[in-house]
Amino acid sequence: MLVTKLKDKDTVRSLIAGKAFIINCHGCKEVGFPEKEADEFQKELAAEGKVTGVLTMDYICNPDNIALNLGLRKNEIDEADCVLVFSCGVGVQTVSSQLEDKRVYAACDTYAVPGGQGVTPLEFDCRQCGECYLNLTGGICPLTACSKGLVNGQCGGAKDGKCEVDPDMECGWERIQRRLAMVGRLDALRSPVQIRDYNNEVKAE
Amino acid sequence: MKITDRFSKGEFVVTAEVGPPKGFHVDELVAEAREYLSDIAAVNVTDNQSSVMRLSSLGFCKALKDAGLNPIFQLTCRDRNRMALESDLLAAALFGIDNVLCLTGDHTKLGDHPGAKPVFDLDSVSLLHTVCELEKGRDLGGNELVGEPPVFAKGAVVSPCSDSVDAQLAKMERKVMAGAEFFQTQAVFDPERFISFMEKAKQFNVPVQVGVIIPKNVGMVRYMSQNVAGIVVPDSVIDELRADKEKTKAGITGVEIAARIIRECRPYCQGVHIMALGWEARVPEILRLAGI
Ligand code: SF4
Ligand code: SF4
Repeated sequence: MLVTKLKDKDTVRSLIAGKAFIINCHGCKEVGFPEKEADEFQKELAAEGKVTGVLTMDYICNPDNIALNLGLRKNEIDEADCVLVFSCGVGVQTVSSQLEDKRVYAACDTYAVPGGQGVTPLEFDCRQCGECYLNLTGGICPLTACSKGLVNGQCGGAKDGKCEVDPDMECGWERIQRRLAMVGRLDALRSPVQIRDYNNEVKAE
Repeated sequence: MKITDRFSKGEFVVTAEVGPPKGFHVDELVAEAREYLSDIAAVNVTDNQSSVMRLSSLGFCKALKDAGLNPIFQLTCRDRNRMALESDLLAAALFGIDNVLCLTGDHTKLGDHPGAKPVFDLDSVSLLHTVCELEKGRDLGGNELVGEPPVFAKGAVVSPCSDSVDAQLAKMERKVMAGAEFFQTQAVFDPERFISFMEKAKQFNVPVQVGVIIPKNVGMVRYMSQNVAGIVVPDSVIDELRADKEKTKAGITGVEIAARIIRECRPYCQGVHIMALGWEARVPEILRLAGI
């Protein structure tokens, strides 16, 4: 079981250059979602004229379902400079993988709480680290896509684009680098030094 | 002595590397280092290199220091969390070891303890940041250190011939931002590739030592080219090793190639780091041939 909590509002606001298209996931019963806070925040953003549309649905991690819905809302997504996703890390990564040339940002941090996990994991994985890095990494989770879970960039081990640990696995940081180049966010690689806080991994209060 | 002082004097800085043994008997290795590596600026000591468990880097650094050499303490994030890394840095300061090379480290799965827990609590960038924090007199937890803070020459590595050169440059920039004061590179066999890398890297304005491995034979370079990250060996080097088998066997070809790489790269960088991989005795000869 996991819970998501809203990130700091100003941090999220700073990610929106012009307007955002908002996606909410209310799917899993296993995911605690801050529905009220998210709703309030989205109303604020709408009042500031920063929202092109809102899509609220179940299980955005279902690739076919989300593809269909993203297709239906194409105009509003095109109009926005980024997509702001209110869901767990898996949901954000699913949306991100389907909108490759769009900046897709996480509005929530995902924490673990004891108990069973939802039915989500597909090709994307979220370790519920409690301090979601997806906004610095082009929507690709550095903790699960990189064998060492590195949060400050590529190690020296990649060979022909593959990870040093597993020649069948693409180096996660190479994917991140490519994706950031694609959405014009290579500046994210110059972010301040990131140091994980393991307090967030084990407890969500 | 801090190796950064040498760079500031404008010297072309020469370092080499030694690997501690799997055991604690170091007399022979120390004697060898004294004989062949006493004249160079500093000697790197690897930290469980390739994830193979050995005598600790810090322990061997101390042995070299006691023997009058200037060690560079290689420190990886694979085996220790942030607390253990910080306390080893303080121990280095206690021993008067003031050069540290910060690395992420290979994954445990690649070595001789594949079932060990890979730590990676920090990485090369956050480790450099940690060293800077200690130098300011506080630890990563924000607690004050007692007494005068330690001072280190802070080094890092980069792979100029990596196929992900953009990611490597981005990481290099991040390391500079985090406090890296000098760089040693992965082994270069193709000076042209190194020179074009340096064109891009010189914007960061930090000294770079070109990494050189002595090519011992065709099998070795082929293996490295195929399996070791960031190493590309051009066919011309392989042909050269193949041309005169006796000469190659005697180590002469390898020494010549290494010296030539140094000569060709020298105008574009601030030093050389020689990874002799057991051929430490050939280092003086290489330097002589390279005109250093
Ligand atoms: S960074 Fe990865 S593990 Fe952490 S919350 Fe985001 S998706 Fe989950
Ligand atoms: S090669 Fe890439 S995916 Fe593998 S550990 Fe290094 S940075 Fe991570």
